[in-house]
Amino acid sequence: MASLSVCQPQCGGFSFENSKRNALLEAEFTKLGHSLPAARKTGTTICGVVFKDGVVLGADTRATEGMIVADKNCSKIHYISPNIYCCGAGTAADTEMTTQIISSNLELHALSTGRPSRVATANRMLKQMLFRYQGYIGAALVLGGVDAAGPHLYSIYPHGSTDKLPYVTMGSGSLAAMAVFEDRYKQDMEEGEAKQLVRDAIAAGIFNDLGSGSNIDLCVITKNNIDYIRPHDEANKKGVRSGSYKYKRGTTGVLTKNIIPLDLELVEEVVQTMDTS
Amino acid sequence: MKMSLIHGPLSNVCGVKSNDQSEALSTAGQCSPWNHTMYPSVTGTSVLGIKFDGGVMIAADTVGSYGSLAKYRALSRVMRVNDTTVMGTGGDYADFQFIKSLVEQKVIDDECIADGFSLNPKALHSWLTRVMYNRRSKMNPLWNTYVIAGMQSGEPFLGYIDKLGVAYEDKSVASGYGGYIAQPLLREALDAAQRAGTGLSEAAARKVIEQCFTVLFYRDARSWNRFELAVVTKEGATVSTVNARSDWNIANIIQGYE
Repeated sequence: MASLSVCQPQCGGFSFENSKRNALLEAEFTKLGHSLPAARKTGTTICGVVFKDGVVLGADTRATEGMIVADKNCSKIHYISPNIYCCGAGTAADTEMTTQIISSNLELHALSTGRPSRVATANRMLKQMLFRYQGYIGAALVLGGVDAAGPHLYSIYPHGSTDKLPYVTMGSGSLAAMAVFEDRYKQDMEEGEAKQLVRDAIAAGIFNDLGSGSNIDLCVITKNNIDYIRPHDEANKKGVRSGSYKYKRGTTGVLTKNIIPLDLELVEEVVQTMDTS
Repeated sequence: MKMSLIHGPLSNVCGVKSNDQSEALSTAGQCSPWNHTMYPSVTGTSVLGIKFDGGVMIAADTVGSYGSLAKYRALSRVMRVNDTTVMGTGGDYADFQFIKSLVEQKVIDDECIADGFSLNPKALHSWLTRVMYNRRSKMNPLWNTYVIAGMQSGEPFLGYIDKLGVAYEDKSVASGYGGYIAQPLLREALDAAQRAGTGLSEAAARKVIEQCFTVLFYRDARSWNRFELAVVTKEGATVSTVNARSDWNIANIIQGYE
């Protein structure tokens, strides 16, 4: 027998309750004279290119908190599924969590369909989630992978729009990287050529944009193989100190040496056993 | 009542608090009757400049945009000052025409005096920096970015000045969107030449400038595919018009957005 359930009135559309809450919180904070902590952004240059046998994704490794480098070697190429990877620019937490959520959902979906996942599915899931949050999730993504229908590359914007293109760049260094792509992209490149092109595009971002820096990570995805190369190019190695600045023992003459043992009294001895049951 | 000495066609009374000003004006709480426009009307986009072995070249496309309208498609934003100097500009075209007439008058004065000295790029750069900085300090800027290039005592000179009076010299300069899109390509060309041990040749410099304009035409929504190129070497200064090549064949493989 079907049981009656309390019907809740269907409230369609978006709920902006949290926006009101956020505005209130921010106002209170500023009244007290504090400012809300700056979201850690990834500054960033990320890009992707489709070549003859697959896709190459590239990213720099600098994470910034305002004007300070928070992480010199963060990983911006995230795993989505065995054949799909995603680079993330924008708010670091947003890119990390969004890709993890979609990766998890995609694995369940693949188990449900009994087929390896498709890049278009990941694209749909990402854009539907980002649109639902109306751009408040600051994740700008470059999604790439190879599935049964071939190699695919998408760029996904924080508000939920997507573009399917042979080469894409995102992040603060995207103009520098795109300049390199527009200059040298060719259709049906070989793997070596494509890797060099992506490396050069990220390097342009690293050296011409202040929000990007450190090393270049690459991820080469082909039909049967993933090459997660981290780092592909240590473009900014820390300098090696050329001399030792330690003073030799005896530089300062010792006049007298006085060793005083500390007189300690054992007050209490307690033995705490670990619960290994 | 003492009259202030700073009144004139280019002065901004509002920003200056001089003791000679009449009390009535300040107690009334009013600023000056002059209101200076702080937005450009017809604008030019990027100007690029690069030094090479034996000279320097600058380039700017030939479109004057009226907002998003490509209104004037055959504007010259590059000016040949004299045998040793050229000047290019981005930003408001009317402000450029004003500076252009002042510079032309300077050149005429040089020719009249005929003492063997003529305007050189460093002098022009120095004078223009002072003009730009003083105008911005009076809250009445000339809404331009200038690139000045030429031969200074036998060595190539390349300078940049913007509407705030920011001025510097470098081996490659770019204004506007060129700074984001073209500058990485110009710098890479110079670095590659340095790594190879040779300097950048004139042909290689011209090639990279053409590549930059191709990319700018793809990615700058206010650009054009025809540009003027000014080259200064010890032989002299020449200005020519070049068409940028673009390849849109990639459009055939793009379909849909997912």
